[in-house]
Amino acid sequence: MFYREVGQYKSSYPADQAIFPLTNDRIGVIIILLIAFIWPPLSGSQYLMGPILTQLLVFGLAALGLNLLTGYAGQVSLGTGGFMAVGAFGCYNLVLRLPEIPLVIDFILAGLMAAAVGVIFGIPSLRIKGFYLAVATLASQFFLLWIFDHVGWFTNYDPAGVASAPTQTLFGSLAHEGGPLDFLAPIDVIVSGPNATPEAKYILTLSVVVVLALLAKNLVRGMTGRAWMAIRDFDIAAEIIGIRPLKTKLLAFAISSFYCGVAGALYVFTYVGNADTEAFDLIRSFTILFMIIIGGLGSIMGSFLGAAFIVLLPPFLNIVASNLGEGTLSGAALANLELIVYGGTIVFFLAVEPLGFARMWQIIKEKLRQWPFPY
Amino acid sequence: METGASQAHETERVREFKELILEVDGVFVSFGGVKALQDVGFSVYEGEIFSIIGPNGAGKTSMLNVISGFYKASAGTIKFEGVDRTSASPERVARMGFARTFQNIALFKGMSTLDNIMTGRIVKVKSNFLSEALYYPARDQEVAQREFVEGIIDFLEIQSIRKTPVGKLPYGLQKRVELGRALAMEPKILLLDEPMAGMNLEEKEDMARFVLDVNDEFGTTVVLIEHDMGVVMDISDHVVVLDHGERIAYGVPDEVRTNKDVIRAYLGEH
Repeated sequence: MFYREVGQYKSSYPADQAIFPLTNDRIGVIIILLIAFIWPPLSGSQYLMGPILTQLLVFGLAALGLNLLTGYAGQVSLGTGGFMAVGAFGCYNLVLRLPEIPLVIDFILAGLMAAAVGVIFGIPSLRIKGFYLAVATLASQFFLLWIFDHVGWFTNYDPAGVASAPTQTLFGSLAHEGGPLDFLAPIDVIVSGPNATPEAKYILTLSVVVVLALLAKNLVRGMTGRAWMAIRDFDIAAEIIGIRPLKTKLLAFAISSFYCGVAGALYVFTYVGNADTEAFDLIRSFTILFMIIIGGLGSIMGSFLGAAFIVLLPPFLNIVASNLGEGTLSGAALANLELIVYGGTIVFFLAVEPLGFARMWQIIKEKLRQWPFPY
Repeated sequence: METGASQAHETERVREFKELILEVDGVFVSFGGVKALQDVGFSVYEGEIFSIIGPNGAGKTSMLNVISGFYKASAGTIKFEGVDRTSASPERVARMGFARTFQNIALFKGMSTLDNIMTGRIVKVKSNFLSEALYYPARDQEVAQREFVEGIIDFLEIQSIRKTPVGKLPYGLQKRVELGRALAMEPKILLLDEPMAGMNLEEKEDMARFVLDVNDEFGTTVVLIEHDMGVVMDISDHVVVLDHGERIAYGVPDEVRTNKDVIRAYLGEH
């Protein structure tokens, strides 16, 4: 409708294999990214950057992690919250105990910790599938949270068991005045803790998420992604063409948990500012599973669409309610309405379009290709 | 029993082979009390087309499953290029140079034709997820694999469905894509489980032509199970006949065709 796809011929395989083979799509994505980087900081709205966009990005990243595992590799997991907690508390302890390390490196290390834990809890996937695997991954949820609750060291013996993000700069204390990397000091902004500006936190989150999403896209369109989808679609046929189930499934668990771990670290450091284990409970795991069901299993964009739906639904309903006039809908009714819409949408998608928003978007594109003269 | 495929090859193919590539010797397989295979043995020469035939329930697919590593033989040996590989896992068998298609199509339904065939290249590439995530230097490898796969797509004449999800394809084309995936593995032995089942005459002719071309052009050894006797007798160099899990005949098509046991197995006592 907005543009025609015909006439864009490809004369080389690299061009045909690009993430966005259409010039129009490429321009569109660049514009969207520019807006995402520039507009919220310019607007100066703390509400927009914090609870709306940063939350969307953090949960979108966690959903992306789960989507790699469930949507691409076909291994159902209910341990997302547990893996996020590993990343969150891992990163917290790294920053607390080794303040020299740049925060971005901390995120990566926290992700790697989550990946290691994910591999351990992924081992049952070699023997069990589907619902039974989902139940087995529940173990990680309970076991990990129990440890973080009961071993005080992880929360630095905080009496309430809350890990509060300490003040940390982008490049860590090495880049402070007099440190070996002090030439970085002018751009060494505070990105976490009470003194960090919402702009700094938002831009850092957005950058991390954009880079990780791009890496994920590359993974799933390469041989790793094909091996995952082969295991998902037909595990016996996958074995017969030489795919190693052990290696492939554990890699899926590792990378998925890495993404969830980084999302957990972002949750503590750039979104909420603190976390206890309740932030990563079973409800969280389910919410993230809902995100990928609504957004689209096996789609990078779908993960973010699903996260956007779940994050934006409550404020949207609030706006609708306030426009209806004061007192039309009580707060309690609104909270219940939210649950009804959640439940209804999930049932709708499971029944009508199991591949979620991402698939609907594709269908719309296909229809518009022929608009206004369908045949 | 004459089909179009046979008319294309009226002249009897008598070819000479030297090297043995696959030796199956005294294989037994049983499931509980059911004896699926009893003392089955045969040898396949490098470069030939070898058929396994027999009535329903004869143990043909079981034999293929033993060769490809899904079933474990309770006794007997399977040698590949002279080396014993009896109890290798399916994935190891694949890496040795065996490719296989299934009686009921086993494609990856969520992926396009191109991606399905690309999965066949997984055995041939050293994949490294970090390089793939950065798309460097994985890009060169992706392009190289794509070029190879495009060759197969041309060979099988499926250019127009390259980007179609395989779930949407008609049966005959799905069979062809599955053959493409097997060919992408550059196998030494191609195991085909009823490649022509459920096809009409034209599709059968196409498939027979592809099998012959693969054998001719790449020198790939082909082991196939097929029910269409016309096709089997025409394109095979050697045939083994199974019935109730036992070998009842083994030899060149002409010998097998006139074998009394074979006629009895197919037509009953008279």
